[in-house]
Amino acid sequence: MIEKITFWKSCQKYGISLWKCPTFLFIVMGATTISSMVGVYLLGEYYDNPELVIPIVLVVVFVTFVPGSIIVQSFEKVAESDLMKSEFVSIASHQLRSPLTALKWSLSFLLGDHAGELGEEQKRYLYLMRKNNEQMIMLVGDLLNVSRVDRGELVIKEKKIKIGDLVEERIEELRPMAESRNVELKLKNNTSEYVMGDEIYLGMVINNFTDNAIKYARDKNAKVVVHIFNKDNNVRYEVEDNGLGIPEDEQYRIFTKFFRSSNVTKHETSGTGLGLYIAKAVVEKLGGQIGFRSKEGEGTMFWFELPIIKK
Amino acid sequence: MAKKILFVEDDPTLQETLGEVLKGEGFEVLQALDGEEGLKLASEKNPDLILLDLNLPKISGFEVLGLLKGAEGTKNIPVIVLTNLESPEDIQKALYAGATTYLLKASYDLDDVLAKVKKALQGSEM
Repeated sequence: MIEKITFWKSCQKYGISLWKCPTFLFIVMGATTISSMVGVYLLGEYYDNPELVIPIVLVVVFVTFVPGSIIVQSFEKVAESDLMKSEFVSIASHQLRSPLTALKWSLSFLLGDHAGELGEEQKRYLYLMRKNNEQMIMLVGDLLNVSRVDRGELVIKEKKIKIGDLVEERIEELRPMAESRNVELKLKNNTSEYVMGDEIYLGMVINNFTDNAIKYARDKNAKVVVHIFNKDNNVRYEVEDNGLGIPEDEQYRIFTKFFRSSNVTKHETSGTGLGLYIAKAVVEKLGGQIGFRSKEGEGTMFWFELPIIKK
Repeated sequence: MAKKILFVEDDPTLQETLGEVLKGEGFEVLQALDGEEGLKLASEKNPDLILLDLNLPKISGFEVLGLLKGAEGTKNIPVIVLTNLESPEDIQKALYAGATTYLLKASYDLDDVLAKVKKALQGSEM
């Protein structure tokens, strides 16, 4: 009979005994409180003996205190296990890096014909392996950053950055990728202002927006426009594309972990679904704002704004 | 004369692949599998450049870097840190200790490392 109650089921699933199960204890606490109230009322009504009420209240307080403290403990356990999960991800990712690097360098060694010349067909498979290897390395890097965000350990060195220069540098790096995919990549730099930021992380955000725009471009006449300009007391960075767009019913999940829109996963297999989650954490940590607008089939525009620092 | 490069790295696969590529480019490659051996080779053979991992057996890469930069005979040898530690604190620490460049192994291919090696050697000649 007791197995049919849902909280019992959920507590069993997590391996918690009945007397440590928060929901059950909560019910016990409630029942004790209500029955003691009624008891006190009845005592007062029929026996007219107020001295008796005080010890009863004390006993009730004590009885509710015990399950109460167990409930608090279980909340602490939840927080602790969340931290452990995050630490586990971080350690596992670090450990994965070494074998992934060994694989990467071995592939690079083979593809560079250092172990004898290889035929086209053999190389085709090695390139395939390399692509997958890159994907894993990217995922591991993103996971490390995510676990840093989740543990509140995202350390961002703040220094004055001429953001227009950083954007130009990063966009140039992406140009070959855009060209290879026949995407027209345009950059309009209309700012010479400085912002507080971390070149590594901010570069990552700049890269991520543009990389996404190129990756999820349409097949023909694809265009990505990167624009950086001053807006009130902020510098605004915008990346607009005429690509696939994000389905409206999925838009609320855009900055959540592992989100990948349903229409792009068919189109492009690479991507971890972690870039925008990290981007949001970075921009917000720097006191900025981040956002987007998108229409499926028409395109997407991502933006962030960071406060201008007076020279 | 061929430039001497000391490569301190405990992973044999990385030693073999990068080692071979460097040798193929005409460099003389000294290989060390732990920090202690790395330090010994650095002071005995006086290399032109050191590639240094940070997670090393016996003596950590950070310590090796500190000792190299603290000794008269080795302090002017450029050191490229080649590691998979990527936290900003570690990067800061290594650069502060005197590393010329900090490279994340997982983000660099053999050719990229080779290019950085050549660049660092050019810089040290000037």
